[in-house]
Amino acid sequence: MKFIAEIDVMPLKEILDPQGKAVKLGLGNLGLSKIADVRIGKHVSIELEAQSKEEAEKNVDLACKKLLANLIMEGYTFKVNSIN
Amino acid sequence: MKFGVIVFPGSNCDEDLIYVLKNVLDQDVVKLWHKDHDLKGCDFVFLPGGFSYGDYLRSGAIARFSPIMESVMNHAEKGGFVMGICNGFQILTESHLLPGALIRNTAQKFNCKNVYLKPEHNNSPLTSKLDLKKAYKIPIAHGEGRYFADAKTLKELKSNDQILFRYCDENGSVSDSANPNGSLENIAGICNKNKNVFGMMPHPERASDPDLGNTDGKALFDSILALIEA
Repeated sequence: MKFIAEIDVMPLKEILDPQGKAVKLGLGNLGLSKIADVRIGKHVSIELEAQSKEEAEKNVDLACKKLLANLIMEGYTFKVNSIN
Repeated sequence: MKFGVIVFPGSNCDEDLIYVLKNVLDQDVVKLWHKDHDLKGCDFVFLPGGFSYGDYLRSGAIARFSPIMESVMNHAEKGGFVMGICNGFQILTESHLLPGALIRNTAQKFNCKNVYLKPEHNNSPLTSKLDLKKAYKIPIAHGEGRYFADAKTLKELKSNDQILFRYCDENGSVSDSANPNGSLENIAGICNKNKNVFGMMPHPERASDPDLGNTDGKALFDSILALIEA
């Protein structure tokens, strides 16, 4: 079966995200002054083959832990769906 | 002692390191290819600066899975010497051979300039011969050099003497204004608990040849070479 994983990797809350801070300034210049916070991460989309959704999730979780996110500075969330 | 310098796709400080080791310090040095597993009998392995794998995903993240890194990890585990400079340091933190992580500079800017470093102690092969009162002038060139570690890791670094260098001003004073990238407590270089794996963002190899007008970096290599005599 084919699956698609949609993964979000975000900098940890306690770590300053200078990119988000700079974009917040830009949004302020745009006139959107009421924006409280901006944080920028990555979205990764992976297509994979697996016997079951559980197996696909297990592989995606391993990919996130080992390579896609650095858990010292980032956290991740993902959703896996089958492709018909 | 035999030195090896690993070449990853995107390394660009490998030749500088080889030049310093061979021509300035008169040492036996070989290039090591990222796709090989063979460390060619090297005692001391360097991971040079650059932009391995285009810095894609995170600096050093993809290089960490190069075939040669498996051998580097075995070498380090057995007590062999490994040192990463700039991107090499990033690869070593991604490999968990060194604690913490290197993230985007606070000022969101690529910083290329001379900075000053204060050695923390003489209790490591890299700092053994350094003058603790001197501020060493060494260049940096990075966009992702902000050292970060959680509170527990920082405490361990301190209690094990793993912090090697802090950014300071030319008088040796460690302050926020002398911190070029927002590193935690001005940390510029660290080592592992066993003191055989070292990492630093500044480039001592760019300050070792007298022709360049600054040999402050050579003192670090001289510390390493003192190991041979010891």
